[in-house]
Amino acid sequence: MKVFQPKNLNDALDLLAANPDIRPIAGGTDLMVDWHHHDKTDWALMDLSPVDDLRQMSIDDDALHLGALTTYWDVIASRDITNAFPLLTRAAKQVGAIQIQTRGTWAGNIANASPAADGVPVLMAYDAVVHLKSKTESVDVPLDRYFTGYKQSVRTPDQLIVGITIPRKPRTHEWFYKVGARSAQAITKVGVAMVHDDTGWHVVVNSVAPCVCRCNAIETALNANRTFNTPNDIASILKNDIAPIDDIRSTAHYRRTVLARLIHARLKQQEQV
Amino acid sequence: MSIGTDIPRVDGIEKLRGTARYVDDLKIEGILHAGTVRSKIARGRIRKINFDPAINWSEYTIVDHRDIVGPNEIKLIELDQPALVVDEIRHKEEPILLIAHPCPRAIQPALRAITIDIDPRPAVTDPQQKLTPDLVQFGSDNVFKKIDIHKGDPESILQSATRVIKGEYRTGGQEHVYLENQGMIAYHEDDKLVVTGTMQCPYYVLDALTHFFDRPPDAFRVVQTPTGGGFGGKEDFPSNMAIHAALLAEKSGKPVKLIYDRQEDMAATTKRHPGIVRHRTAVDDNGKLLAMDIEVIFDGGAYMTLSPVVLSRGVIHAAGPYNCDNIHVHGEARLTNTPPNGAFRGFGAPQTIFAVERHMDVIADQLGIDPVALRRRNLIKDGDSTATNQPINDGVDRIALMDNTLDVANYHDKIKQHAEFNREHPYTRRGIGFATFLHGAGFTGAGEVWLASEAWVEGHPDGGIEVLVANTDMGQGTTTILTQIAADQLELEPRYVILATPDTSRVPNSGPTVASRTAMIVGRLIEQACDKIVDQTGGQKGAALTEAIQAWHLANPGSRLIGKAKYQKPDVIVWDDEKYIGHAYACYGWATYVADVEIDLRTFNVRVLDFVASQEIGRVLNPTLARGQIQGGVVQGIGWALTEEIVTRDGAMANNQMTNYIIPTSGDLPPIRVIFEESDSPFGPRGAKGIGELPMDGPAPAILNAISHALETQLNDIPMTPEKLMLHMEEQTIGAH
Repeated sequence: MKVFQPKNLNDALDLLAANPDIRPIAGGTDLMVDWHHHDKTDWALMDLSPVDDLRQMSIDDDALHLGALTTYWDVIASRDITNAFPLLTRAAKQVGAIQIQTRGTWAGNIANASPAADGVPVLMAYDAVVHLKSKTESVDVPLDRYFTGYKQSVRTPDQLIVGITIPRKPRTHEWFYKVGARSAQAITKVGVAMVHDDTGWHVVVNSVAPCVCRCNAIETALNANRTFNTPNDIASILKNDIAPIDDIRSTAHYRRTVLARLIHARLKQQEQV
Repeated sequence: MSIGTDIPRVDGIEKLRGTARYVDDLKIEGILHAGTVRSKIARGRIRKINFDPAINWSEYTIVDHRDIVGPNEIKLIELDQPALVVDEIRHKEEPILLIAHPCPRAIQPALRAITIDIDPRPAVTDPQQKLTPDLVQFGSDNVFKKIDIHKGDPESILQSATRVIKGEYRTGGQEHVYLENQGMIAYHEDDKLVVTGTMQCPYYVLDALTHFFDRPPDAFRVVQTPTGGGFGGKEDFPSNMAIHAALLAEKSGKPVKLIYDRQEDMAATTKRHPGIVRHRTAVDDNGKLLAMDIEVIFDGGAYMTLSPVVLSRGVIHAAGPYNCDNIHVHGEARLTNTPPNGAFRGFGAPQTIFAVERHMDVIADQLGIDPVALRRRNLIKDGDSTATNQPINDGVDRIALMDNTLDVANYHDKIKQHAEFNREHPYTRRGIGFATFLHGAGFTGAGEVWLASEAWVEGHPDGGIEVLVANTDMGQGTTTILTQIAADQLELEPRYVILATPDTSRVPNSGPTVASRTAMIVGRLIEQACDKIVDQTGGQKGAALTEAIQAWHLANPGSRLIGKAKYQKPDVIVWDDEKYIGHAYACYGWATYVADVEIDLRTFNVRVLDFVASQEIGRVLNPTLARGQIQGGVVQGIGWALTEEIVTRDGAMANNQMTNYIIPTSGDLPPIRVIFEESDSPFGPRGAKGIGELPMDGPAPAILNAISHALETQLNDIPMTPEKLMLHMEEQTIGAH
């Protein structure tokens, strides 16, 4: 196993350009899982922790900026960010347990591209933009166009996620719900974030499709002010948006049914307010 | 006197400080690290073993069945389990080859470089599978053991009764999830082979080594290392570990360390027996139990291991704490091509108590009577007898125990409050349920006579006392309570007493640390051994005893002052092992557990909001340790009831990681309120009965009764995962249309 320690961002981008197989790591929380599950021992890793340029986290009137090394805990601990983007903290507190929250990063969660990523639905529902940088160019990709399939993304091997920006704007509805098999140390079986702003509804789901994704059909129906009498009404539209599977953690049927029931109960609750 | 008080754990400080040396912490010069090549399929015949030439195999010690000189048998009840496969594979993860290398990192690549060509054969994956001749692998019918209990004439009553209520109840397997994985070291010292590691029963390991290597017991020394949890998982399996480590040490002539990582441990080691229990019960209109017919089927896995005795405890507890004059229990432990199921806290009783306690609520529902009234009508009263015709006359008021517990849990008010809540809330439902049950203490029937346990208490020249027993502390507090028992019997401060490390070259065979027997059976032997010391030194206790021991040594230089006690069966215990009639256990602990639950109908997640665990256990020896035992057992019971699902592929565990095998976290748990009631039980020290297993029995039926109450349905299957609950509710809704 090789471990590279870049001194600064340029150094890191040079290393990536020269070694396409290199794997950047931030908190290392996904790596530690893979380590155990895979047979591979000839890894090439790049430890980003010395790159202070990636550590910045800032919030102003227009946007929140999370550097690539921003951890879940950094957000939980920030009252300003929690007030402005409550779903970020709500999701962060449900990632693994405190040990994971203090090491795991938002950018790493995106880079790992797991369909069960806990941090991604709320970022996507908030219109997050991913900043990719390589030795030769910088590219901004809206998070809802970042993933291309199971563990696949638009990121090329020479590109590094350097940060994430989330616009501040009035949002009239913000909700996130994670269904795990227990209250901590749980991988999401079904997750959903729902945000409403001046552009309409953002309904983002995880663990029900090859990647975290927006539910366009449901968003369209909601934007058209369609009402749903039963969870089944929602399920019949959702089937265009999601493709859940059976695995050792749950069943496709459960994921599909519970997602519809969660959205239905939430909308009902809103009607009563 | 220290009994009944919280003396600090005698092993607490070294565990808190991290100075306790667990087996994987032991550093031995020149040690080899070991790995196990296993079957990847459930059943088949080995055709060929291939070694990738890219690896320099001369660096490795490699052991297969041809290296075995004695019988290739792991001795337990039957001799059917080989230590290494010869050619017939009976379950996935079955060990075929052992390898060892000085570098621990050389093991995984080598394991991957050995491939095995196997001709697959049809496998039994379900104990109720219809058998074709090519599936028969044990006897004529794959049944390891059949047991029948007969009392009265249930069949004729069931035939003529106006009300017969039936039910089928299923329980899943369970992984122990001890904190410390299985591990064993073997090395030569002088003329002995020393085997040391994490274990519950050093003398079981010694017995297995003696048989396997066909050598006398003094050719071996078995030493327990500090043990991070057992729950039954380290009752029988450490014998397999010991034989494997010893085989490699014998072949290499070097010390060998065999440590399983979590995934290997979960996939390859024993689990709780999955169970299927069917009840047919004749009742009168007031709910009196007229006749009970109970069928128990346990999935034993590929080899017999402990299945007959797990089945025995299961069938004996199957009729619950109820008085009924006509009972038939038929039990079978059957072979399947899965890793052998083994000992797990409760040892068969949680499966059958789940069934009978769910069935009692089903009966109450069908008769339209209160489940409390149903139990009040049928609970054993002094003068009644159990299913094996064991008379109960212990002075415990089981009805009062139930009523008091329900009061503490606010049961009757909550029934009303929940009904109101459930009418109002859009998607949350609340329910409350309970279970009344018993658990026998000590080995079943004549088991203690067969064990013939012995305990020694030695007085040392400095006046200090050492208790020599083979019983192990795996976190439950054995060393502390046995210290308290000896100290009290000798009227000394506990600090004058030490417990010997369980080492078969030093301690007598006081039997295994299982079956809720240590405090009661071994504790009583220690009291008796203490009395022998007192007798030998002039009859004094307390400070005078210390002086008398010192004086004895001055008068008898070089001699050992040892008081010895051997188990003598109390005359009142009479057991017929052929007919299964009589005193199945010396005594029973009695309990009522109440669970208050909440179900989210959006996700079908169940949360236990409050839990009251009340039990009569004779005498509480150390309140903190006793409460810890109960709370730990309740947590394990909550997990078994709701989330701990063994997902299998080819018969072996597929979710063999702590990420995917869902034990509850502290965030998932309710307050667990523990209540003890005490009595003077005549069998244990100061009246103590066993408590280790009891708390495993009650949570699952109490919780499922509570969910059934909340959702106005009957749920007869655990673990009741959200996925299963959702399907059940969907089927019920469809059925209602």
